[in-house]
Amino acid sequence: MDEYLILMRLDMVIRETPPSPEQVQQYMKQYQDWVGGIAAQNKFVGGTALSMEGKVIKSKDVVTDGPFAEIKEWIAGFITIRAKDFDEAVSLAKGCPILKGGESNSVEVRRLTGGHNG
Amino acid sequence: MDDQQLIPHLFRTEYRKIVSVLCKYFGLGGIETAEDIASETFLTAAQTWGLGGGIPPNPTAWLYSVAKNKAKNYLQRSHLYRTRIEPALQGSEDTADYLIDLSPQNIIDSQLQMMFAICHPSISTEAQIGLSLRILCGFGIEEIANAFLTGKDTINKRLFRAKEILRQGKISVELPSADEIEQRLSPVLATIYLLFNEGYYSISQDKTLRKELCLEAMRLCTMLVENESTNTPQVNALLSLMCFHASRFEARLDKDGAIVLYQQQDTSLWNADLISKGGYFLRRAAAGDKLSKYHLEAGIAYWNTQHTDSKEKWENILQYYNRLLQIEYSPIAALNRTYALSKANSKEEAILQAEKLGLTDNHFYFALLGELYKDIHRQKAIENFQQALHMAKTMTDKQAIQKRLDQL
Repeated sequence: MDEYLILMRLDMVIRETPPSPEQVQQYMKQYQDWVGGIAAQNKFVGGTALSMEGKVIKSKDVVTDGPFAEIKEWIAGFITIRAKDFDEAVSLAKGCPILKGGESNSVEVRRLTGGHNG
Repeated sequence: MDDQQLIPHLFRTEYRKIVSVLCKYFGLGGIETAEDIASETFLTAAQTWGLGGGIPPNPTAWLYSVAKNKAKNYLQRSHLYRTRIEPALQGSEDTADYLIDLSPQNIIDSQLQMMFAICHPSISTEAQIGLSLRILCGFGIEEIANAFLTGKDTINKRLFRAKEILRQGKISVELPSADEIEQRLSPVLATIYLLFNEGYYSISQDKTLRKELCLEAMRLCTMLVENESTNTPQVNALLSLMCFHASRFEARLDKDGAIVLYQQQDTSLWNADLISKGGYFLRRAAAGDKLSKYHLEAGIAYWNTQHTDSKEKWENILQYYNRLLQIEYSPIAALNRTYALSKANSKEEAILQAEKLGLTDNHFYFALLGELYKDIHRQKAIENFQQALHMAKTMTDKQAIQKRLDQL
């Protein structure tokens, strides 16, 4: 089993109109049902959602609020999972509900190479 | 209470107090001495009260004063006392009173401190439970052996080894400091919960004994709640969870100690008082920002006290299981989560997810699939129940599965 990072990217355009509380609750349910399904297979390692605000540090000590001004895609959160190979990791990632939330949303799957090869 | 019952009753309530207080002075190295002195105190009581002396007006005070004297005699014989303690006590009137403080507050403090010493991660969880039953709950070796369905020798050996480890590890009898509490509470709560489960899910058919195990676990947890430094949200969550579970104690076992399944339970036997206590502690657990597994399990247990099926009930249970599994995976939580998924979302979705669980060595897995296929594909339901029946180990499980098969 290897560990994989699942990175969730949201298209900023859909963020322009804030979702209603009911929508937020619905997103949360879908997200939790997806992660819960991975955890029920004992394949969830860790991860979290991320807050809306953020800072970007560039060379020469330039710190900006962002990264929203410059890029369209916004990292909404990440989880790490256990999978036997890339195929399995991708099939687990395919269930991520943000993929149903907009055509420009995306999920990136990366294998962690930091020595978790248990 | 008649005279015949008085000494066993006092043994159950006072033995643990005397042992804990004495251990505070002797250290864990002297745990056996403390136990010996406490046992001898009860022997003296049985002899004196029985042989014409009659029961004294205040039996507990009598026991304490005998225990104090025995401890004093022991200390005076010991090298440590003569060389170190006695010189320091020059001029003090009553050395035994000074040394052995059996005031209510010190009894509580000592028991709390013993709880932290015994629930130490360096000894096995089985031994922690055994020692807790003996030292913190005053159970006899035979009762402990019955609870574990094993022999007295096995228990004696297990407790002896555990005491050796505590002695060698130089584990001190004291409350952890404020910044350590959270971390040190974790094994204490784990032991209390295991003790509770030992009673709740025990394979022993002895209903009285099982109930006592549950009540003892709740009593220990109550002590933590009543003590300021250990009254954390997590501790309240665990107590809440145990109250909710215990509320069904009378309903879930029949008169022979066999399990009555949730759906078939007589809800008039559910204990409303315990349910409301569970609610009280769950509200107190809501302080703070940390969601422990006890919070989530208490949330699930709360919804299980609502017998009527509703969308809201199953949606809440599903979400608690989703979070619980992210904190701590267990096959039983994975199976229960999938059942909740079938109720909250759909059976079709639950079947798809069930097949990914990888629990084909677990008969509950096949029982779950049988349940999910029941109204969708009768043949598959039967096949799965038959597989579950084939794999089930206990009579209770086999009977429950056979019942489902007969209904199809």
